[in-house]
Amino acid sequence: MIPELGQVLLLLALAVALIQGVLPLAGAQRGRADWMALARPSAYLQCLLVLAAFACLTSAFVRHDFSVLYVASNSNSLLPLPYRIAAVWGGHEGSLLLWVLMLNVWTVAVARFSRSLPNVFVARILAVLGLVAAGFLLFMLVTSNPFDRLLPAAADGRDLNPLLQDPGMVAHPPMLYMGYVGFSVAYAFAIAALIGGNLDATWARWTRPWTTAAWIFLTFGIGLGSWWAYNELGWGGWWFWDPVENASFMPWLVGTALIHSLAVTEKRGSFKVWTVLLAIMAFSLSLLGTFLVRSGVLSSVHAFATDPRRGLFILIFLVLVIGASLLLFSWRAPSVGLGQRFGLLSKETSLLVNNMLLAVACGAVLLGTLYPLFLDAMGMGKISVGPPYFDTVFTLIMAPLLMLMGIGPLMRWKEDELSGLARRLRWALVLAIGAALLTSWAAGRIAPATTGALALAYWIIASMGVDLLERLRPRGGMSGGVVGRMRLLPRAMVGMWIAHLGVALFAFGVAMVKTYETERDVKMTADASTEVAGYRFRMVSVSDVQGPNYVAAQALIEVSRDGQLLATLRPEKRIYKVQSNPMTEAAVDSNLLRDLYISMGERLDNGDWIVRVQHKPFINWIWLGCLVMMGGGLLATSDRRYRSRQTRSAELPAGMAGEGTR
Amino acid sequence: MKPRHKRAALVLGVLSIVGLAAALVLNAFNSNLVFFYTPTQIEAKEAPVGRTFRVGGLVQPGSVVREGVTVRFVVTDTVKSVPVSYEGVLPDLFKEGKGVVAQGQLGADGHFAAREVLAKHDENYMPPEAADALQRADKMRAKMQGTLSPAPTPANGAQK
Repeated sequence: MIPELGQVLLLLALAVALIQGVLPLAGAQRGRADWMALARPSAYLQCLLVLAAFACLTSAFVRHDFSVLYVASNSNSLLPLPYRIAAVWGGHEGSLLLWVLMLNVWTVAVARFSRSLPNVFVARILAVLGLVAAGFLLFMLVTSNPFDRLLPAAADGRDLNPLLQDPGMVAHPPMLYMGYVGFSVAYAFAIAALIGGNLDATWARWTRPWTTAAWIFLTFGIGLGSWWAYNELGWGGWWFWDPVENASFMPWLVGTALIHSLAVTEKRGSFKVWTVLLAIMAFSLSLLGTFLVRSGVLSSVHAFATDPRRGLFILIFLVLVIGASLLLFSWRAPSVGLGQRFGLLSKETSLLVNNMLLAVACGAVLLGTLYPLFLDAMGMGKISVGPPYFDTVFTLIMAPLLMLMGIGPLMRWKEDELSGLARRLRWALVLAIGAALLTSWAAGRIAPATTGALALAYWIIASMGVDLLERLRPRGGMSGGVVGRMRLLPRAMVGMWIAHLGVALFAFGVAMVKTYETERDVKMTADASTEVAGYRFRMVSVSDVQGPNYVAAQALIEVSRDGQLLATLRPEKRIYKVQSNPMTEAAVDSNLLRDLYISMGERLDNGDWIVRVQHKPFINWIWLGCLVMMGGGLLATSDRRYRSRQTRSAELPAGMAGEGTR
Repeated sequence: MKPRHKRAALVLGVLSIVGLAAALVLNAFNSNLVFFYTPTQIEAKEAPVGRTFRVGGLVQPGSVVREGVTVRFVVTDTVKSVPVSYEGVLPDLFKEGKGVVAQGQLGADGHFAAREVLAKHDENYMPPEAADALQRADKMRAKMQGTLSPAPTPANGAQK
């Protein structure tokens, strides 16, 4: 009964989504307050319905209901409970349900925290979100129903893909989807503003925290995915330029550009048209990502069973959303105006260049991801575009971007002068280059590209230091000590610094691990040892281990340095019983300075093992950088400026102020 | 500078940055494309020597030989085959008789030195290049035999 209940709940949710998508929109056009008032309750109701449907599917997994096709395909009676719950989003149908649930959570958050916004505006935002939800619910019900029955029921399930049986995989999809879907809010804000024709600083101020929030989740999701791939896939790489990774990286790049252009739109009223376009693009790329991953055009761990109808449906949906948005955009945008003028050398210009570089980066990823698919679809042969292309492109684009990151924050709005900037920043430059040379020398080898990258990382930090010192220096008319002045720093600004610091840590980690990592594939027997990067690895034994749904050969490897035992590592080679897949379970000894990474290859006929031993200096700084970036984002969103009601209603355009206060 | 000139300079500057970036991107793209060839195409000397490309097909049963860290095997599309060597750890799902894609360079002696070996991701899935190689081989065999009977290779593994 429960699966049928879930099905009915989804149908009801679709009906509610349609109401939420149509009536408030029409009400906003005609000035019908009663129609607009439907937006909030229907958003809450839709969320409840989808949540209940999600609970139904979860319960089917928990109770091993193998009469549900989706459960039978993605679970097994031996699968541990946490992974049974993760399996809810382990396949195509369930991940769509999660997508819709996330969208609903965002919608409810908007409905809840938008009390200070004008009613007309809120009605339009919630309606746009309702229409998006309706599209996805329809997609699910028509092509990929998670509640389809399997009659007769399977005796047991086909189990969850062993690759997905990892703690990282439990958290990664929800976080990534929160980010993906989160850009729908910025999109809805942009569409609502385009319809209403009021693209002003207030609009940008409302949009900023929501965009940053989505960006935080996306950063976390991508970082977690990278960390998972590193730990679980057993190769020891952290980013593969896999099309599926690219699908999540493209919205991130555009979302990052959006955050920066929103700042200009809010502070200076410039870039409005571009900002709206970015908001539309960020969400469109999220949809494109969903299309790429879910339609089966890509072959990857993430691409589930192919069904041409699904691909076609998402493609039509994509074309509809992007087409309608761009049509509205081209109709409304010309009346928006250009905003404040600015000089050639100004913060505006630096942010403009930042946006151009991020857009080019996104275009480069798009090219590398779509062109092979395009050729293949045209029957013009198979090609692949690998890491060398992306690495080259990203080095080229990121270097000026990091350079700019050191200068931009110190520039003045409107107009700045070169000589003053150079004077303020000269010591930071000297410091950065000196520190980079010193680090390279300490690491044992000076490679020009790496030293350059390190210099850029130090440059960001040093120039940030200059900025901070200047702002904390006593100035006329300001009382209180350094602490007092520190308190006065706006949170958004401190958040920006921290996020940039995260980028610097990230760049540092990438440069260090790329240049100084060591990787060796060796043949090992019990009691044999090998030396990698000054560490001695001794294989003590290999024994058989029983897991809940797998058997494994587990090696015991002692790591020592200068005769001192540092760690005992237990890498495994598992065979999962149901799908009889071998899986590599790497063992990692981790600290802030380096990772020692061991994974088992294959057993040779004489009982020896091929083992991959890796030394990865500073690799954790990559994910640490992501966490710090997120922290900066969090601090920036918590800035009081985005929440205080007084300033908002004071700045509302005449005529809307009345509606704004409820 | 007059405001009009400033704006023109700004537009020119942005355009030249984007233009330069696009040129660099396309150049990197062009020099890093990896093409795919089937063993039949390699046999027909269509594949370049000394440039990285991919070859796909099945791991010929009985062909896998280990010598310490080095492994040798034969990739076949059921019509022609190419010997491949690789150093290091093979992917988990690498198996004789299953689909495989190797990326590397072809030596003058017709030996393919792989830098990277890709196998399928799970039970039901075959690398698309491998499936493609088998399908093309099927077609060719059908043409040569003048029949349309389907060959017994598991090309249906390509889907799903």
